[in-house]
Amino acid sequence: MSVIYLLLTLSILVAIVFFIAFIYSVKKGQYDDSYTPSVRMLFDDELVKVNQEKLTKD
Amino acid sequence: MKSTQCYHCGDSCDDDLIKFDEKIFCCNGCKTVYEIFSENDLTCYYNFQDNPGAIPSEIQGKYDFLDNEEIVQKLLEFSDGNTQIVTLYIPHIHCSSCIWVLENLHKLNSKISSSQVNFPKKTVRVTYNSTTTSLKEIVLLLSSIGYEPYISLEDYEAGKKVVDRSLTYKLGVAGFAFGNVMFLSFPEYFEVSEFWLEQYKNIFRWLMFFFSLPVVFYAGKDYFVSAYKGLRSKILNIDVPIALGISVLFIRSSIEIIFDLGTGFFDSLTGLVFFLLLGKFFQQKTYNFLSFERDYKSYFPIAVTKISSEGKEENIQIYDVDKGDRLLIRNQELIPVDGILINGNAEIDYSFVTGEANPIHKKSGDKLFAGGKQLSGVIEMEVLSSVSQSYLTQLWSNDVFQKDNKSHFKTITDNISKNFTIAVLLIAFFSTAYWLFFDASKALNVFTAVLIIACPCAIALAAPFTLGNMLRIFGKQKFYLKNATVIEQLAKIDTLIFDKTGTLTTNKESTINYEGVPLNQQEKSILKSTLRASNHPLSRTLYHTFNAVETVAIVQYNEVVGKGISANYEENTLKLGAASFVKNNNEKATLDTAVHISYNDEYKGKFIFKNAYRKGVKTLFSSLKKTYNLSVVSGDNEGEKKYLQENLPVETNLLFNQKPEDKLNVVAKLQRDNKKVAMIGDGLNDAGALAQSDVGIALSENINVFSPACDGILDAEKFNKIGTYIKASKKAIKIIKYAFLLSLCYNVIGLYFAVTGQLMPVVAAILMPLSSISIVVFTTVSTNFLGNKIK
Repeated sequence: MSVIYLLLTLSILVAIVFFIAFIYSVKKGQYDDSYTPSVRMLFDDELVKVNQEKLTKD
Repeated sequence: MKSTQCYHCGDSCDDDLIKFDEKIFCCNGCKTVYEIFSENDLTCYYNFQDNPGAIPSEIQGKYDFLDNEEIVQKLLEFSDGNTQIVTLYIPHIHCSSCIWVLENLHKLNSKISSSQVNFPKKTVRVTYNSTTTSLKEIVLLLSSIGYEPYISLEDYEAGKKVVDRSLTYKLGVAGFAFGNVMFLSFPEYFEVSEFWLEQYKNIFRWLMFFFSLPVVFYAGKDYFVSAYKGLRSKILNIDVPIALGISVLFIRSSIEIIFDLGTGFFDSLTGLVFFLLLGKFFQQKTYNFLSFERDYKSYFPIAVTKISSEGKEENIQIYDVDKGDRLLIRNQELIPVDGILINGNAEIDYSFVTGEANPIHKKSGDKLFAGGKQLSGVIEMEVLSSVSQSYLTQLWSNDVFQKDNKSHFKTITDNISKNFTIAVLLIAFFSTAYWLFFDASKALNVFTAVLIIACPCAIALAAPFTLGNMLRIFGKQKFYLKNATVIEQLAKIDTLIFDKTGTLTTNKESTINYEGVPLNQQEKSILKSTLRASNHPLSRTLYHTFNAVETVAIVQYNEVVGKGISANYEENTLKLGAASFVKNNNEKATLDTAVHISYNDEYKGKFIFKNAYRKGVKTLFSSLKKTYNLSVVSGDNEGEKKYLQENLPVETNLLFNQKPEDKLNVVAKLQRDNKKVAMIGDGLNDAGALAQSDVGIALSENINVFSPACDGILDAEKFNKIGTYIKASKKAIKIIKYAFLLSLCYNVIGLYFAVTGQLMPVVAAILMPLSSISIVVFTTVSTNFLGNKIK
């Protein structure tokens, strides 16, 4: 067996894994709302900062 | 200065400030929301955005219908024993603060397990424990913090909505296959004739074949379906040559690899489908927070309070309302059916229906029409006709709302594709005939090559990219269109019809004229002081017109809801309000909204409220009159005829006293004379005309509130830009035509290779993406240039 068969199989398998991940994410609705997550990911940091401010005030 | 702005809602609050926690609030409602937030450690709500909030509105009893289990079940998205999920539409969602606070709802009510905001759609999806809390509690909680959800009859009827994601899947499949096939074709492109590559070439080719299968049979499926439908109705649409191209590409490539004749064109095939889908995807610009398909159902509540014969109040579903029932309409509730007012003070706001902002006063025994909103206190009414039989809702039984009269529009691409397809087929047959005569072995090769290279990928991309980009540009300019076809229709418009009230006029400002005996300084100051104490909308408006007047301390202030106010200052009595209240018997009946004044029981005069015309109406009309036929169609009486005749161009056709059906017929009549009509309206009474017209544009003061079914929604502040937008649409069509020319050049080059029998896979693989990409670049750049000009 030539190594090329192995390489081809592997590369296509990797590609298919990513493809399945894509299908899965579309199905989960990740592409339905592309705006809110971009805002949401910034929240945690802000929260911590505000709490600290409050603590120093008290 | 920030100091005069309410910390919560940002309204300017000059009159009565409420100070709390070193912050300034305009009213108790705002203060209460702040208190709720500060008690629950949610004050960082105010850190993301200045003054993000809204004043919570009165909702006393409004959501009692959510006690009705049957109605609740219809609204829920998911429900099992303990957990329920509901998605609520909240028009106020507008900034990151909103997202933050709504996703922290569980801090306000521990029974809520999670909540997730979809910002573009302005919805929040709440998951909660149904054994310890209820939908009603959640709705009340949201309302109390200024995020009142909007629940309408439409939510009741709509089943579970299925999101159509097939285009995303198809695009994914095509892109995946395109990328892989490209990699697999690389050895062939460079004609590496090394021994080991020769040996494995079949493996590569068969892999490409398998990658192309889902592209042809899944991703490209729509083109075959559309071409078949087109042919069946004898239309050569653009999908016919595309489907032809795809099938020829696939069949010839398969044959080539089966008989080991060559590599085939799998790279071009997958690339073609990928680019075409990309165009489709780009054109599909949707404004999730807007709906263009609304009818009265999205305005109407789900349930009303019925008073049974024993005097008990119960919530019943709107469709169950029968003639003769007695209904209780609370403050701020919508009247769902036609009926007769039995008792209570009715101040009905018909702005949903007519665009007229000032409320109309009704006496008991008067007829009430569906669609009005009660503004002061509780009223009782007796039902005259059921929901679907009411004056307003009957409009929707008109044929216009049943059939989709716009699907027959022939797009610019369809127009060119007919000639294009015929030309391509002719070239294919002639060149085949030529080669049959000279070198029969090449004939089939040439025939397929012509069909492959002439596949109008670039032509099919020109319109989606131009129009898709125009949609985005218009969207940024606050002109929201339903889909790309509307731009093409807009470019063909030659007649414009405007509604008057709410469209040419604005309900944000009113002009106030005083008729009667002039008031002296003291009378003015008493009047102003009295107005200051009143919360009636007319009083508020009138109050702001007395700027340079001192206020005095009045005594014995007495407001009779729905009638008027009386107040004393020193020895003087002031009365203002409805004509009957002020005891003005010699008043002739007029249709104007007016506030009457009497001073020590002596009638002084009246303030007449009129909606002010929008700025720029005159300039807009005079700039439009050269190119378009103009009409103003109004449901009002002829009171303003003279004013309009003086201020609008003489060519303008003025029609008054038009019922909703009449408006529709005016449009239909013009269309029979082969006019392309655009209707610009705002209220539900324009809904028929908007649906009948070629392009129906709904004007909206606030795009978050509701506008009737239409093709486009225009923000009212951009009203005077209508002319510019139509012109821009015409230019967009010109851009598409230039793009057609450009892509024809590519086709001619490609055809040269095809006809002479020299089409190599690598030529097709270069030419196809090159033409597609250059069309995309050309259309995008030129539409952006156009977009900059219309700013």
